[in-house]
This record gives sequence, structure tokens and C-alpha cells, in this order.
Amino acid sequence: MTPLLSVRDLIVEFPTRRGTLRALDRVSFDIAEGEVLGMVGESGAGKSLTGAAIIGLLEPPGRIAGGEIWLRGARIDNLPREKMRRIRGRRIGMVFQDPLTSLNPLYTVAQQLIETIRTHMDVSEREARARAVGLLDRVGIPAAARRIDDYPHHFSGGMRQRVVIALALAAEPELVIADEPTTALDVSVQAQIIDVLKEICAERGASVMLITHDMGVIAETADRVAVLYAGRLAEIGPVRDVIQAAEHPYTAGLMGSIPTLTQEAARLTQIPGSMPRLNAIPQGCAFNPRCPRVFDQCRTARPELVARAGARQVACWLYEKEAQNVG
Amino acid sequence: MIAFILRRLLQSVMVMLTVALVAFALFRFVGDPVASMVGQETTLAERAEIREALGLNDPFPVQFVKFIARAVQGDFGISYRLQQPVMELILSRLPATLELALVSGVLAFAFGVGFGVYTALRRGNWLSGTIMTVSLIGVSLPTFLIGVLLIWVFAVELQWLPSFGRGEVVQVGNWWRTGLLTESGRASLILPAITLGLYQMTLIMRLVRAEMLEVLRTDYIKFARARGLSNRAVHFGHALKNTLVPVITITGLQMGSIIAFSIITETVFQWPGVGALFINSVRFVDVPVMAAYLMLIALVFVVINLIVDLLYYAVDPRLRVDRANARS
Repeated sequence: MTPLLSVRDLIVEFPTRRGTLRALDRVSFDIAEGEVLGMVGESGAGKSLTGAAIIGLLEPPGRIAGGEIWLRGARIDNLPREKMRRIRGRRIGMVFQDPLTSLNPLYTVAQQLIETIRTHMDVSEREARARAVGLLDRVGIPAAARRIDDYPHHFSGGMRQRVVIALALAAEPELVIADEPTTALDVSVQAQIIDVLKEICAERGASVMLITHDMGVIAETADRVAVLYAGRLAEIGPVRDVIQAAEHPYTAGLMGSIPTLTQEAARLTQIPGSMPRLNAIPQGCAFNPRCPRVFDQCRTARPELVARAGARQVACWLYEKEAQNVG
Repeated sequence: MIAFILRRLLQSVMVMLTVALVAFALFRFVGDPVASMVGQETTLAERAEIREALGLNDPFPVQFVKFIARAVQGDFGISYRLQQPVMELILSRLPATLELALVSGVLAFAFGVGFGVYTALRRGNWLSGTIMTVSLIGVSLPTFLIGVLLIWVFAVELQWLPSFGRGEVVQVGNWWRTGLLTESGRASLILPAITLGLYQMTLIMRLVRAEMLEVLRTDYIKFARARGLSNRAVHFGHALKNTLVPVITITGLQMGSIIAFSIITETVFQWPGVGALFINSVRFVDVPVMAAYLMLIALVFVVINLIVDLLYYAVDPRLRVDRANARS
């Protein structure tokens, strides 16, 4: 079965005065029908850029410099602007980080919902409104029929993010890209928002690409997880496997830095150094200067993703060597 | 809402009283009005008589209270120079100024917003660059120079448009004489309106452009795009409306200055408006006219500010709540 979304060797570049910066370098992954894919990585690793590239909203001068993006077997990265616009909202929805600034302050929630619905669907104003009320009700806004005519500033942060989710899902997209949907919210409402998002998408069979740096959210929500480092995919696989037995040294380091309640760790491990800047990505594996298990090959050649047991892929010479030895 | 308007009205009255006081105090020092009213042969006794008749010998507070009491009834006295009631003088001149100000204000707003939006959306193309450069010239050239240049090019060299005056006017109603209904009236209006509005237009344009660029970077615009809304809906429905809040303020204030500072344009084009009347009154120390003019301008500003505040209300729903909260 063809995956819902297929990203192949995606390259995103930013031309600058001092040369071109490669922010995403040959990133490949699939999202299956109904699947929740978590996308993790440090700030600047390229998580949000991946989302922006997929939905066709890279901010200039950023541009897709190579690779392909396929949505249900049709290529979408080279579509004319108007065709891509019709895909946004209708087939790919997006939820942004900050609900306080995602809504236009001058329009009521009803106006924004109805506008979105009527942009994509051929329905009357009345039908659109009924749909909008239903959506708000579904995302858990109490007294939706009354509150729909309120302005965004009448809602709290958590409620606004529910409205944002309703807006993103208004035209029933097949894929929802959620870019750190809970980062700006209180801890107490984060879980609710994630639940709402997950439930509705499951209900409608929509796939989710969940961008976050909260491993807890990933562990609870995602089916698979992709780990980005310096614009490259380090590891991708089922969430349980990756969290419990990370294979890439970077993923292992990430997992080691998360405190747990059950284990009595004297000290959390940390990864020495910091992620390289885009203009100073080292030769070979981008992680090699910080890697505890680095060897010669890592410094000269970049490892490609190799398939591992249990539908997992890792880009690390450790495993490629292993594979060669076996083969 | 009503409480808000009432409060604003009260504030307006205070502002008007202050302006009246300042105007009145100032004009005590501009010279002796009697000197310019009478001929050289007038005797000292006659001068004293006139001074007494005009109430100029009363103490300052008494004069001021009398002035206010009459002003409230629309009576600003009689022009020293023209020997006509000031109110009549101003009312007969006001339509000319208002028509000029309105036309140039509308032009400034329409072109200012249009060019501003265009240059914000099409950043970097040659037309935007040209508009921006020309607007710099518009900001930096003084009004009288623009007026004279326009007269030279369009009236003297090309002879397309008249260089002065208001053309033929038509009486509408009791006291409104309009130049908008005759061809010569409209032709006469073009050059002064452009002269008066050019600076305001460039100001509005630069403001709209800056605001628009700011708004286009916001999250809700990104989110609007991510929902697949058309460019037109994003640019004009979502972005432009958000840029209008500060633009309304500036436009309102500019509208006030257009009326107040039409003096220069009216002088250059010999436009028979209140600005020209004011300049002549200054020359002849015609205190009643000057005071009435200042009060009129203050009134214009106060009214425009009130309208601006009410427009805020209409455009930005957040203010409605804030005000309601502030009141309770």
C-alpha cells in the first residue's frame, strides 16, 4: 500500500550572502494512513522546516532544492502555487505552536471557521456554520453554539488551541502537521490538547506529523518517531523500540537525558557540545564530534539510513559495518 | 458605550476651553487692533471710545468669560477689519476649505493605502521601488514648493488647469457654495488638492507599507495561508484589516492637519477658504477672526479624534472588552 505521505531525499536550502546553507539534507520518511509520526530533535534541527516544506509554506529565501514529496501517490512539491493552495487546509492541515497568535484577533471564531470551510467545500453559509459548531463541540469547547461568535481574545490559551485544531481540521484533511502544538501551553492543558488532537485524527482516519521536543508526548502519542539532527535523519522507527533501545548514539544520548520516575539515576547523561551551526556541519556524520562511539569512517563519509530489524532505520556507520559483516 | 462617549465629550469640552484660553491670551499680545481699524487722523479720544465700545478695557477674566459665553451661542463678535459678524465670514469661507480638505484627504487615503499595500506585497519589483523613491520626494518637498511646481508645469507650461481661484461655484442650500458641480470648479480643485494631499498620501503610504509588512509576518497570517485561503483573502481580508488600526489614527490626525494647514495651499492657489481668511486676519490683528479660527480648528481636531476612537471600536473587538473592563 502506498503511504499517505512520502518524503524522498528532501533538501531545503537558504541562499545567503555568505553561501548557501543546507537546512535539510536528504531527509526521507513515510507516514502511513492513520499513523502518528513523531518528529523530534533539538531546536534548529529542521523539524519545523520539514513541516513547512511539506505544506509548501517555506519562508523565502528558503526553498526546496532537491528531493520529492508525494501525497497519496501524487507529487506535491512541484505543484503550481494555486494547486498547492487548494491542498493546504483541504488535504494537509497545520497546527502552529502559539494559539495566542495563530488566530486573527479581528474576526470571530465563526468567521474564521466558516471562511475556511467555504474556501474548500461547496456549502452554504448556514451549512458551514452548522459544521463549524459541530467542530468546536468536537474539540471540546463548551456551549459551542454560543461561543462560536466570540472573538479569539475571549478564549483562554488552551481553548484557543482547541479552536486552532478545529480550524486545521475544518476541511477534513488527510494529514495534520502539528508543529509543537503544546509548547506554549500550561502543562495542565498540554495533555488535553494532545488527546483532543489524537482522538479527532483517529476518528477521521487522518495521519499526524507531530513535531515536538517533548519525548513524553511522543512516547504517549506517536506510533513511530523520527529523530532529526542538523537537518539529517538520524533514526526512525516504532516509538517503543526507539525509546527503549535507541540504536543511533545521538538518540541514545537524547533518551539518556530524560529524567524518569522509575529509574534512580544518579545523574542524567548529557551529550557534550552542541549541535553544529548550518554553516559548519562537519564532514562525514554530522554527529561525529560529539559521538562517544566515533571511529575513522564517521569523519570522512556520511552514513545513509539502513534498514534494521523491526521496521527501523538508522543512519550510523556502526550498523552499516555490522550489516556489511553479516552480508 | 454611551458612558464612553459622554466621557469623551466632557474631555472635548475641557480641551476646547483650554484652547479658547490660550488663543484668547495669545491675542492680547499680537498688537493693538484699534490701530489697524482706524485711520491716521483718528483722535486719541475717538480711539479710546472705540476701545471702550469693543470691551478692550475690561479686565482679562471678564473679557474671557464674555468671549466664551458668546462663543457658545456661535457669536464670535464682529470682524474688526471687515465689519461683518465673524461667524458669517467663516461660514461663507468654510465650504471652500472643507471641499478642498475632503477631496485631498480622500485622495491621500485612497492612494496612500493602495500604494502602501502594493509596495508591501510586491517588495523588490521596479514599480514598488519607483513608488518608494517618488514618495521620498513627496515627504521631503515643502508644500508651497510642490504647489508652485504644479502651477508651473500644469498651469503655465501645459495650460491644462487653472492656476488659482475656485472656478465657478453653485449655491447649494442656504450657505453652502460648492465648486464640485461645475467643470471649472473641479478643474480648479485638482492642483490644490494634490498639493495639499501629497504629503499626507506619502505618510499614509509609508505607514501602511510598514504595518502591512509587519502583519504579513505574524502567525495568524501564516495560519491563514496554512488553511489554504486564497491570497486575496489573506492579503485583504486578514492582513489589511489588521494594518488599518494604526492607519486610522494617523489618517484622522492628518485629516485635521489638512484642514488646519490648508493655509499654505490656500495662499499659493489663492483659494477663497478660511485659511486665507486667517492669514489676512493675522496681518490686520483681527482678533475675533483669529480666535474663532483657532476654536474652529480645535473643534475639528476634537471631533475627528472622537470619530477615530469610535472607529477603533468598530474595527478592533479587543478594545470593546478592554473598555468594558476598565469601566466596571
